[in-house]
Amino acid sequence: MPKTTAPNIGFTRRSLLATGAAVLATPMLSRRAFAAPTELTMLAWYGHAEPDIVAEFEAENNVKFVPKYYTGGDNMLGLISQSPAGTYDVILSDAEYVQALNEAGYVEELDPNDYAISDYFPEFQNFPGNWSDGKLFSLVTRFGFLGVAYNTDALTEAEASSYNVFWNEKLAGKVGHFDWHLPNLGQMSLLSGNANPYDIDGAAWQAVQDKTMSLRPQIGGFFDYGGTFSSLNDGQMLAFAGIGDWITGVLEKNGAKVRSVIPEEGGLQWSECFSIGKGSQKADLAKKWIQYITSAKGQAKSAQMAAYPALIPNQKGWEVLQTENPDEAKRQGMTKDAGNVIDMIRAGRIKYRQWPVQQSLEDWNDFWSEYKGA
Amino acid sequence: MRRSLTLYGLTFSLPLLIWQLLFFVFPLVFLVALSFWTVKNFRMQPDIDAVNWVTMYGRPLFWQAYGITFAMSAAAAALVSALAFPCSYAIAFKLSETGRRWAVFLMVIPFFTSYLVRVYSWQIFLSDAGIINVMLGWVGLGPYGLLNTVGATMIGYLTLTFPLVVLLQLFSLAFIDRTLIEAAHNLRCGRLRTVFAVIIPSARVGLVIAALFAFILSFGDFVSPIYLGGGDPTTLSILITDTTKSGQQWPRAAVIALTMIGTLMAVAFAAVRFAYKGRTK
Repeated sequence: MPKTTAPNIGFTRRSLLATGAAVLATPMLSRRAFAAPTELTMLAWYGHAEPDIVAEFEAENNVKFVPKYYTGGDNMLGLISQSPAGTYDVILSDAEYVQALNEAGYVEELDPNDYAISDYFPEFQNFPGNWSDGKLFSLVTRFGFLGVAYNTDALTEAEASSYNVFWNEKLAGKVGHFDWHLPNLGQMSLLSGNANPYDIDGAAWQAVQDKTMSLRPQIGGFFDYGGTFSSLNDGQMLAFAGIGDWITGVLEKNGAKVRSVIPEEGGLQWSECFSIGKGSQKADLAKKWIQYITSAKGQAKSAQMAAYPALIPNQKGWEVLQTENPDEAKRQGMTKDAGNVIDMIRAGRIKYRQWPVQQSLEDWNDFWSEYKGA
Repeated sequence: MRRSLTLYGLTFSLPLLIWQLLFFVFPLVFLVALSFWTVKNFRMQPDIDAVNWVTMYGRPLFWQAYGITFAMSAAAAALVSALAFPCSYAIAFKLSETGRRWAVFLMVIPFFTSYLVRVYSWQIFLSDAGIINVMLGWVGLGPYGLLNTVGATMIGYLTLTFPLVVLLQLFSLAFIDRTLIEAAHNLRCGRLRTVFAVIIPSARVGLVIAALFAFILSFGDFVSPIYLGGGDPTTLSILITDTTKSGQQWPRAAVIALTMIGTLMAVAFAAVRFAYKGRTK
């Protein structure tokens, strides 16, 4: 029987393995030629440390962001209080929670001269909660409005221009709530004619509760972020209370027939602020990041964030956005035209979302639970 | 005879004991302690105050959610047991050896995909413009509101529990002594009567345990009531998330969680007693 040998094609198994190992190891070797990037931890809502926002800053400063995303302000406070000081270098927080961060001593003082605050619209230069006793602790970086979100096939903009549309017969079982009491009850308070929707006395609070309760038969569900998204996208819900362009903007860009409008009774404003975490070992780098994201260039990026779009307080950022992406500037109302979003604020149509002033947070939340269970 | 502790015996039993302590007893003790803490300005403070228990148990809403959750998961357990039985019966008695192996394999496959993903895909079927309503539309029916209903939540519960219940039922049916069935037939007992008089009583332990698992899984489920039921009505799992979202009220959430654990323990105990009732061995 003749001896069979494998044809020699220049590779032995051993040489192949050796080559393979060398190929696999190459990235490790080449990596050592550069300094390892500095890691910067960020505690934020989803999207703030994604490549579309941070890639440029990371490349310029040899930084790698390590994000920890939270799902709400309560969740954020919980994460901070359970971690040792210095765990988070940069903290993004909703304006309501900024005070709580401050009072608990979770954030470092900022030097106002480090940032381009003078480029901000005057309304945002002394933003409530950012300052305490003349000291700056956080800096507002983006904001947005909450109004009536609606399906453009089901409703016209004129119909959606009042919170009363939620009671419309053709929306029975088709009105959704973003499941958080603060924006929903704030909107009901605006509808009840309260000029300061969160600063209302006992009688007004009772009226808000009664008005809200009358909406209950219309409600098709209470949704979290994901549920809100999908039920608007597939037309399961035709109108939504408690949200705004931060959700419908993303859907609209992807071709869904949904929009948000600020109704005649007025809208609410959410605001996100950046701070430096107490005890951060990389405070200088954190400062550099806040400088970047509040600069004109960073602001234009922030306005177009892939996760959710927002309005920006930096006037020069508006100009950059108008040249870079005029369509988006127009869609969001950040143009030089009359009726832009700053005009809406100046006309008094927008109120800050905040904690209830005369009732406790618990009262509002308890009512919300009862409403859901009714 | 009482055996003394040996190193050999400890080697095998200790890891389990440590595991239990680490992942069940310690968290449970912490949960009990947590339920007596208080919250001031978003910050939890160690305390011994029954305020959370008094507040939660004093709210009609809590008992309403409790009743709804209990009724819905009991209904799910009964429904899934009834639906799964013909399936596991057919697999156990009608299929060949090979066929049975394939059937078991098919019942394991659902566990390969995340439950959340399976529930989300139900939305595509159930929504107003979804597959079911479009097909009904072809024959001039509908659209019916299927999503965000209790019925949709039930479908989610079935998605979660059906494969497991079939497997558990199957294992108890497979071990029934076939001579008992033959004896029943020889004594001129009809097919249906055999099922009720011989098979079900013989497989009682497995059937009850399967229903118990369906109840336990549904009782604590958050995904189906929120993504298929639209968060309406409020179940206990939803109430927990609501509570934590209101100013860091983890202690109150702990009260709900402990009530749920207590309920499940009582139900499990009662079910096991019922399953083994009259058995002497």
